[in-house]
Amino acid sequence: MGGCSKLMRGKGWHDAGSYLMRCDNCKERDSVVKLVQIIDGAPRELRLCEKCAAEKGVETTVSVTPPQLGELLQKVQQQLMAGGGSLAVAGALGATTGTNTRDAARCTFCSATLGDFRSTGRLGCAHCYGAFETSLRELLRRVHGNARHNGRKYDPPKPDEIERSVTLGELRDRLKRAVDSEQFELAADIRDRIRVLE
Amino acid sequence: MALDLSLVPDGGISWMDASGEHADIVLSTRIRLARNVEGYAFTARARDGERLRVLTQVRDAVRQVPSLAHSVLLRVDELPSADRLLLHERHLVSKELAGLDAQHPVRSGAAVFLGPDVGVMVNEEDHLRLQALRSGFGLGPAYEAVQQLDQELGSQVPYAYHSEFGFLTACPTNVGTGMRASVLIHLPGLVLTKEMGKVLAGLQQMGLTYRGLYGEGSDVVGNFFQISNQTTLGKSEDELLQQLMTVVKKVIASEEDARRILLRDAGYIIEDKVWRAYGTLRYARSLTFEEAMNYLSGVRLAVGLKLISGLSVYTLNKLLIFSQLAHLSHAEGRALAEGEANVVRARYVRQALANEAEAA
Repeated sequence: MGGCSKLMRGKGWHDAGSYLMRCDNCKERDSVVKLVQIIDGAPRELRLCEKCAAEKGVETTVSVTPPQLGELLQKVQQQLMAGGGSLAVAGALGATTGTNTRDAARCTFCSATLGDFRSTGRLGCAHCYGAFETSLRELLRRVHGNARHNGRKYDPPKPDEIERSVTLGELRDRLKRAVDSEQFELAADIRDRIRVLE
Repeated sequence: MALDLSLVPDGGISWMDASGEHADIVLSTRIRLARNVEGYAFTARARDGERLRVLTQVRDAVRQVPSLAHSVLLRVDELPSADRLLLHERHLVSKELAGLDAQHPVRSGAAVFLGPDVGVMVNEEDHLRLQALRSGFGLGPAYEAVQQLDQELGSQVPYAYHSEFGFLTACPTNVGTGMRASVLIHLPGLVLTKEMGKVLAGLQQMGLTYRGLYGEGSDVVGNFFQISNQTTLGKSEDELLQQLMTVVKKVIASEEDARRILLRDAGYIIEDKVWRAYGTLRYARSLTFEEAMNYLSGVRLAVGLKLISGLSVYTLNKLLIFSQLAHLSHAEGRALAEGEANVVRARYVRQALANEAEAA
């Protein structure tokens, strides 16, 4: 199998339609990848939509909008459940079966769930990356073609170099969010910390 | 009170002065780095108080940041919508920060620091969007400036960073380097010779993508394309920049070829087309924004092909920005209805071209 590439999705440009081509397989959806196969020494081009590409086992990095990220996450979850990854996902997300229960896994810092991410395409806070690590790693691999940072390294300034501590206001915000999302155990923890500071 | 843009270093328009490389084809180069401040929920999930504390923390830190020594802070959340649109039209803030979508109204704590070469948006989709904007094709200088700013600010404010995933962002499509480098490029030759489809498909093979004049979600008008890296994770900043630089150089060369072919094979058609565009801009009494953009595209092509002389690329760049609704309203000192704006736009364009013609 040769390399694969994508075509652009145009928007609002009068000529954009001419760049979009139908999927050669289903003839219904717009193609997003061009698959070049070498058959009997001759290259053969197939333009495929995302769905048909996935069915043919073509891995692509995809240009995604937030709603599409949610769909992609769902696919990742389903595939992790279907093949060997199920234990890892279930373990990481504290659930055993079913998308709904997995979606209920929460970030303990901002109370966001994977379900929230699926609907908004946005994570709630930096800690979500740890909370949903297994699913995200696979998602990142699909989106970027790689899940490991290879750019500039960073050491944050030491706490004594910056004058900032967890303030009462921040804890109260977190408390409110925990109560709003009915995370009463977490709320109790935060309330205890507030009492200590008060 | 109307926003006083004279307080902003260079009025925020030095990026359009056409001083950079290939300025007739490449309007500007922009690099942004997405960063978040450790210890807070990301902007969309944060409460009002958290966003304001992020802003306070960043404002305190900026005093220690030499790159922003001469910057001004604009509280976008306190500006009326006309002023927010003005900043957006000038490419100084994103649509999201300006809160111009009915679905995404302006957030409390939305602000921007504007320096002479660099800026920082606060409480955009990520807490911080550091950016450098340069005239023409200038990825190297733009990256140097934004990297310097990043190091200075990052030593004062703790960024959310993960050893495996890099700089953490609200949207996983930005994680890792958090870098989006983009080049705003004018490609009428490739569009007219119908080569653009191939170029766009080629971009994606190289891990790049394109957008319209105002970035994500914006339409392509006047044959202006923003070409940028699509992925942000797994490659170093240098690799991403190198890739973009190589491809943009090829695109520039292809555009120049296309222009040569147009002139050789369809000389009089092109000449007629661009002079008609010039004539319309020079004498029309009402112009919609799209019309103005399309005719300006033609005139810009004519200047590049040296078919029209005595007209500077700087003037054309300025026309592109100053003929937009919020800029026209700002110049008139009052809100303009659409029909009225078309008349004011035509007058503004006529005047600017007449001034150039007299000076020449």
